[in-house]
Amino acid sequence: MASWDMFRELDNLRREIDEAFRGVGLRRVQAPYFLTGSGTRRFPLVNISEDEAGVYVEALVPGVDPSAVELSVLRNTLTLSGERGPAEADRNNVWHRNERGSGKFSRTIELPAEIDSGKVSAQCRDGVLTITLPKAEAAKPKKISVSVS
Amino acid sequence: MSDKSITNTSESGGIDPREDTRSPERYLRPAVDIIEKEDCLSIIADLPGVGKENLDLGIDKGILTIQGQVKPEVKGTEVYREFDLLSYYRQFQLPEAIDQEKVEAEYVNGVLTLRLCKAEAAKPRKIEVQVG
Repeated sequence: MASWDMFRELDNLRREIDEAFRGVGLRRVQAPYFLTGSGTRRFPLVNISEDEAGVYVEALVPGVDPSAVELSVLRNTLTLSGERGPAEADRNNVWHRNERGSGKFSRTIELPAEIDSGKVSAQCRDGVLTITLPKAEAAKPKKISVSVS
Repeated sequence: MSDKSITNTSESGGIDPREDTRSPERYLRPAVDIIEKEDCLSIIADLPGVGKENLDLGIDKGILTIQGQVKPEVKGTEVYREFDLLSYYRQFQLPEAIDQEKVEAEYVNGVLTLRLCKAEAAKPRKIEVQVG
């Protein structure tokens, strides 16, 4: 192994354990909150899935203008950043509840494969940003046929 | 919370969070902001993933119900998961001072904004004192 990264190994272990328990029905529902303002979670929350052709990232950005979200891809990292303004600028009004957060966000995620950054596309619908990241040619699985001599 | 507020702390307290229906689906409580202005009450709720056609709003016997169905679709195999999109459900007891006929709703980028106007009788009024 060329480089051994302990944190990456721990992360992989955690993913494998998650995978082992998936479908058992014990998994807690993970609420789709955005910018809660407390806790150590990073925002926006993301779901990642992949197939042979590419990696698909779903990010939760309710109330954010889709044109103001900045996306950048470098090799196998994706950076998402943007801002959600406060629901009401005038703080003199009476606030009965304030559960929705606001502010700036920025997050960099490591993807499971190298990405062809020229072909990345993103679509925002109902506050969910879906990013399609095609894998780089070098990262795609290749079939090698064995010739019988 | 000040005395002049139109809602009180038990605002959603008396309403059961859908325990009694025994519905097999699980529901999420959307995060909301409730802001009171001079003439109206704004309820802003985050409902990411709900299509406009699957959003269901209703007022019955002074109870406002916000309900949204989500149909999540996963492409490929799941690698990593941080949030679940389930259906949303939340109820609010509306104060009597709200005019239930005048409710405006707007849904943009996964955020629902409801404007509930106060009834004429409940609006603050200034009374001039006449000096005789």
